[in-house]
Amino acid sequence: MSVPIVVTVNGKRYERSVEPRVHLADFLRHDLGLTGTHLGCEHGVCGACSVLVDGRAVRGCLMLAVQTDGCSVETVESLARGDMLNPLQEAFREHHALQCGFCTPGMLMTLQEILREHPDPTEDLLREELSGNLCRCTGYSGIVKAALEVARQLRGTDGGVS
Amino acid sequence: MKASGFQYHRPRDKGEALDMLGSLPNAKVIAGGQSLVAMLNMRYAFVDHLVDVNRVDGLAGIEVGNGRVRIGAMARQRDMLAHRELAARAPLIPAAMRFIGHLHTRNRGTFGGSLVHMDPAAELLAIATILDAEIEIESRKGVRVVPIADFPLSYMTPNLEPDELVVAITLNPPLPKHGWAFDEFAQRHGDFAVVSVGVTTVLGAAGRIEEVRLVLGGMGFAPTRLRQAEDLMSGETPSPELFDEAAEVAGREEASSDAIASASYRCRLAKVLMRRSLAVAIERGREQAVK
Repeated sequence: MSVPIVVTVNGKRYERSVEPRVHLADFLRHDLGLTGTHLGCEHGVCGACSVLVDGRAVRGCLMLAVQTDGCSVETVESLARGDMLNPLQEAFREHHALQCGFCTPGMLMTLQEILREHPDPTEDLLREELSGNLCRCTGYSGIVKAALEVARQLRGTDGGVS
Repeated sequence: MKASGFQYHRPRDKGEALDMLGSLPNAKVIAGGQSLVAMLNMRYAFVDHLVDVNRVDGLAGIEVGNGRVRIGAMARQRDMLAHRELAARAPLIPAAMRFIGHLHTRNRGTFGGSLVHMDPAAELLAIATILDAEIEIESRKGVRVVPIADFPLSYMTPNLEPDELVVAITLNPPLPKHGWAFDEFAQRHGDFAVVSVGVTTVLGAAGRIEEVRLVLGGMGFAPTRLRQAEDLMSGETPSPELFDEAAEVAGREEASSDAIASASYRCRLAKVLMRRSLAVAIERGREQAVK
């Protein structure tokens, strides 16, 4: 039996009817067509489906879509402005922080919260906090470098992460 | 990797939640869902009714008194970690919680949810065990309080009836000035521990051990207190020999074997981690006593 929900995704309001068993990541991909959010393991291990719900990073596969009724969700599609990458995306490109790109949306969204909470992160902190997001091809060096550079840039300005 | 169908219920208050649990067949409470949704997705768990208590008011408070600490069952792990008064009253809590999962799972995961899920290696279960937790449980039949020693019944099986809801956990940390240590071995950061160890110490005049609490996690179906080792240390002057003696007790605990570690390896870890943690906890206890 479907349940009606109202959810704001990347600033846009959606009214949809969802089956309670559908998790948030499937809802974003299949119902809203926002396929930037990737799904790896679907049991909370890989972090590819990380999105923000009311500003906090969550695993999209471990939250039911019906639970986001009335919530605000941000996905990787919220980061770029048209063709303009946001600073973190730009730094990912600069530092070769992605190869196949499968983990990238989860990495980017998780870093939104990490960099907001830790404006001056150490490499150790970044590696520990990113341990919930698995990358299995390019490795973490570029990702950590990109995050450190963006943190440095942001401390030099008054802008937010995105 | 998709959950099978179920009906979803979102009670507005605790009374409505208890009514649902008392009347709906094969119903399950969803708290943070960080284990349950994975189990639903993998079809390890099948429910007909999911009762979502995430929007029930009054279940997530954290009250820190001079003696006891009362934490709502729906307190998020993230909020416990960020709670300064809680960290000051029981520093073991953040020390152990930094081993739990990842940013995302701590953002959603709750204290009560972890206790009820009852993974043998869960840090929150070890915290509850060493801090003499009392679990406050409600149903339409009334309220009962279960000491943590009586809460685990078997592997991943809490002392909880289908119509009951865990509403809060009261912790009884040692005296305000105490030493602490928590350590564990896991294959990767954030994984469930293979073995975890927690220690609290209160040192009296002349540096003798007035009170010591020791917990081992990951060995059996639930964390256990090492009463024998606690007794042999009480009243004694701390020394490396004494730590060795207590660590030997830890190393003789019964342990299970699984794909990750054999029983004998777990015993070895228990011994090593206990000896290290005792040294750290006693040192911190000394610093606290001086302050």
